[in-house]
Amino acid sequence: MSFMAELIISSLLILGGLFVLVGSIGLLRLQDLYVRLHAPTKATTLGLGSILIGSMVYMYNTQGYISVNELLITLFLVITAPVTAHILAKAAMHHRVKVMERTRNQHLIEKARMQMPPTSADADQGDKESDKA
Amino acid sequence: MLDIAVIVVASMLSLALVLNLWRLIIGPHVVDRILALDTMYINSIALILLYGIYNKTPLYFEAALLIAMLGFVSSVAFGKYLLRGDIIE
Repeated sequence: MSFMAELIISSLLILGGLFVLVGSIGLLRLQDLYVRLHAPTKATTLGLGSILIGSMVYMYNTQGYISVNELLITLFLVITAPVTAHILAKAAMHHRVKVMERTRNQHLIEKARMQMPPTSADADQGDKESDKA
Repeated sequence: MLDIAVIVVASMLSLALVLNLWRLIIGPHVVDRILALDTMYINSIALILLYGIYNKTPLYFEAALLIAMLGFVSSVAFGKYLLRGDIIE
């Protein structure tokens, strides 16, 4: 294996590992459930994407062909990560999970529980302090 | 150099797995625990891929694809059960 190829693969792997670690630290340290939904998506797409691109380059160097198996995994994760986050957020809204005070549009949670769409009267009513800033 | 990099990344991923386990234990609500479980699935996919690179075989990528699908389906099934009380109505 040439030195350049090893360098590229190692840097891609380490970058992916760093993203996964940061995502897991975010999952542990963020305050609210709805905020915590943000963290693992970065770990999933960026972290695993980098590791998978690194393994693609590695397989091309050792086996001689481009294996699209890793590309399939990345595509699958990119497609299904928003679906998972949507369903978990919906389940949390139905169970009335405690919301941070800074969250906007909290009045729409009750409407979503009744499965009613928001009307034009429910304009964006965030808290007034952040609107002044 | 590649062996050292693989060992470093494997230790980072193991630390991430332990942090997810901590969130699984202390999560005050069920949805926290489902999120932690889903993230543990993703981290174990990465760990399996690293093991395949370490052993220089392309054999483990099918296992990684399987675990990705299983993780997604199990998370959606948990969420559906929380929403409706039933997985398939």
